[in-house]
Amino acid sequence: MDRTLQSQDRYFLPRQSFQSLIDQLALQGFSCVGPTMWDGAIIFDRLDTVSQLPQGVSDRQAPGYYRLESGGDSRWFSWANGPQALKPYLFPSREVLWEGTVDENGGLSFKERLTEPEPLAVLGVRACDLAALAIHDAHFLKGPSPDAHYARRREQLFIVAVDCSHPASTCFCVSTGDGPAATRGYDIALAELDEGFIIDAGSDRGKLILDQLPLSEVNEEQLDQTRSELDAAIAGQTRALPEGPLNRILFDNLDHPRWDDVAQRCLACGNCTSVCPTCFCASENEVPSLDGLSSEHSREWSSCFTQGHSYISGHAIRPDTRTRYRQWLTHKLGSWIDQYGRSGCVGCGRCIAWCPVGIDLTEEVGAICRESGDE
Amino acid sequence: METSRSGIKPRMAVHKFASCDGCQLTFLNMGETLLQLADMVELVHFAEAGPVAPDAKVDIAFIEGSVTTEHDLERIRQIRSHSGFIVAFGACATAGGVQALRNFSDAREWLSEVYATPEYIDSLATSTPMSDHVKVDLEIWGCPPNRDQVLGAIRAWLYGTLPEQSQDKVCMECKRQHAVCVLVAKGMPCMGPVTQTGCGALCPCFGRGCYSCYGPAEALNSASLAGWFEGLGLLPEEITRQFRHVNNSAPEFRDAASNIIATDAGHGR
Amino acid sequence: MSNAALTHGGHISPHSPSLKSRMPMVAEVIDRIQESDKIFTLRLSLHNPEQRQEYRFTPGQFNMLYLHGVGEVAISIASDPDEPHILAHTIKMIGRVTKAMDRLIVGSQIGLRGPFGQSWPLIQAEGGDILVVTGGIGCAPTVGVINYVLMRRHRYGKLTIIQGVKHADDLIWRERYDYWRTFPNTQVLVAADHGGPLWPFRVGPVTEVFDDAGIAPDDTTVMMCGPEGMMIAGTKDLLERGVPEQRIYLSMERNMQCAVGHCGHCQFGAQFLCRQGPIFQYPDVKPLLGIKGF
Repeated sequence: MDRTLQSQDRYFLPRQSFQSLIDQLALQGFSCVGPTMWDGAIIFDRLDTVSQLPQGVSDRQAPGYYRLESGGDSRWFSWANGPQALKPYLFPSREVLWEGTVDENGGLSFKERLTEPEPLAVLGVRACDLAALAIHDAHFLKGPSPDAHYARRREQLFIVAVDCSHPASTCFCVSTGDGPAATRGYDIALAELDEGFIIDAGSDRGKLILDQLPLSEVNEEQLDQTRSELDAAIAGQTRALPEGPLNRILFDNLDHPRWDDVAQRCLACGNCTSVCPTCFCASENEVPSLDGLSSEHSREWSSCFTQGHSYISGHAIRPDTRTRYRQWLTHKLGSWIDQYGRSGCVGCGRCIAWCPVGIDLTEEVGAICRESGDE
Repeated sequence: METSRSGIKPRMAVHKFASCDGCQLTFLNMGETLLQLADMVELVHFAEAGPVAPDAKVDIAFIEGSVTTEHDLERIRQIRSHSGFIVAFGACATAGGVQALRNFSDAREWLSEVYATPEYIDSLATSTPMSDHVKVDLEIWGCPPNRDQVLGAIRAWLYGTLPEQSQDKVCMECKRQHAVCVLVAKGMPCMGPVTQTGCGALCPCFGRGCYSCYGPAEALNSASLAGWFEGLGLLPEEITRQFRHVNNSAPEFRDAASNIIATDAGHGR
Repeated sequence: MSNAALTHGGHISPHSPSLKSRMPMVAEVIDRIQESDKIFTLRLSLHNPEQRQEYRFTPGQFNMLYLHGVGEVAISIASDPDEPHILAHTIKMIGRVTKAMDRLIVGSQIGLRGPFGQSWPLIQAEGGDILVVTGGIGCAPTVGVINYVLMRRHRYGKLTIIQGVKHADDLIWRERYDYWRTFPNTQVLVAADHGGPLWPFRVGPVTEVFDDAGIAPDDTTVMMCGPEGMMIAGTKDLLERGVPEQRIYLSMERNMQCAVGHCGHCQFGAQFLCRQGPIFQYPDVKPLLGIKGF
């Protein structure tokens, strides 16, 4: 059910009272993180006051292109996602898992290096990232060996979502069915208007926070306004994944000439996988101390575009860019469905904007479908 | 090989060839760690730090600099013969360094332009990496390599193995550091996508493009990146310079630059 | 003022017993057998008596062995599951970690996580014939299975062991082959791509030896381990001989790092080798087997 069409349980929070939401979260023991402007991009960072929010900031995104423009209206969320949002807070780019120590007699011992994360509220999460979060929950928590590091952070996470009223040209969440409105998986959701926010709770924890805020009734005009903005956000998306069983189509076309074509352009740099909110690959590394007595075993973001990813017994299973790109796309849009019951793509478009040479995955998969007569 | 087992410390040397000495500073800048290192190995030869015994037999030798003279050539062969494990470290020792730019010109002509009495200069026409002349057991790229790489190499050698050397591109590390991509967000040329990691994405973290001081990455696509630079408005000579930096004579960059020059000439410029 | 009820998301309790530690256990080298220049077997025993007591595995599963300061590597367990207090691992020195493991001696301590993965279908195969096909140097992942069957000889029909090697010199376990041959109803066949003047066995691919094996297609469970090219050729040949594809099992190898299905390196299409493998029923890997890049 579309949350935005229901008026019950939805309230109005005036813009001038928005600070009270941040304050309430802090009061309840949460560290608050939200969108800020840093180094020319929307970056999620520590948030204490509304003055840190990117007021009047909008973005222009295209393949291999990202620019911010300021000087717009009073709004704080008139932009589409920057390079990262939620992923690094649950699945850090680098973390120590355990440590081995050896004594003078060669006796070995191990020490767990689990963090005690503090309660964290992330404000400004978009629908695409909520969908990605659900995928990471399935990957890290629902298998036979849930990941303790992820679980601890997840446990402490409080989410304030914001409907996306300004998708970028690179966005295609409508075609993946994941946005632009936040419909599930949040504690509090917001829809931004000029004069304030329509707010609702998605969890008991969210309700408890809402109870502390100076809310008023939401009126029909305000609801109409958010509906029309969402409609515009939907209508404005020009990119889409092709219709059809992509899993079968991709694996039926493993020899398609398009893989060679994209390999001519692809840098195999791994930027797409790093910004992808669902990519979960990590490599494990060993960092011994100089004296050799202790050694940290850590994991860090990896990518199927690296040589190390498929290294085995002295060679790489995927030595070239063609097979690496094919691995990425067939997994993301194909075999992912067998693994997690849905595609690994949530339509955030980050891999398009942050590709240094502007490779567009919708274009690549589209070409394979078109040229194989499957579309 | 471990000190604790044999009671005898492994013997180590640091040799300098044609270079700026910056890589040796990687050792000297270690501070207290250098003292810890000196406890673990016997520093037999390290002219910049004190001990001088270039001909002493050692277990491990770090080589900084490139081969640019006949004498260098004799010296590295000599060092090879009395060193157990040879580590070529830094851009000069692994790729010929910035001075290898002479490889693309007439070095004699440069000499007469630079020196009043060039007949006193006795150098080769090229600047070449150590691996062109002797068997090198480990290469550590970078201008200069960082201390963690150097220490990691020593640690691994003491363990009887090679260090973990990531083949990832700088971009991977840049994203792990949460730096904003300068290429995408600023339209600034950045060599990160064709450069091997090791530096911790130092320059992009400070808002600057990578200039590839760690050398070419594996499975690199110089042509695609060069094409994108062109789209950003860079002139062919500016793109060529991106590849002809400190690792200009690494084969992948040497070829990338000559392809750009050839294509440009083909366009009748 | 912090509100505990509020900051607790309730997804999965961080103290839940299902959140098993990823940390290795300490194991001691109790025996080291040098099989060849580059291959050695470590017999390990868990240091902690409780862990040693609890540890169970089935043939075909693997452990992550950790060498202090160097890293981890996935190695299959070659010993008998009924003696889980001793874990044998045959290691070939190929990479950074396995080369450094050469320094291990009796008494050395290493880290061990496991067991992981799926095992050979030894229960399902009871009552019928077993054909073990291995290729390349050594046959570590199948030694466990062979010993298992030999120790329980009456439970199975004919046991045929086929070993293919590149060169006659690569056969490192000649005595072991001769020993296996002494068991009843047990056939050992060896083939080398390149023989030598004193090579008593077949020269050619393993598939040529299938003729000598007298395979009963409806009553044989096939367990294969070796280079993928050999397994593909072997499977094709066996299918032509009428062996049903569900009775052909392959042991696959990919990059393993976490061993719990999180790190993503071992994916083979939709399969995580560390979890759904490394032993697969042929139909599960059939679509992508032999396609370069997967």
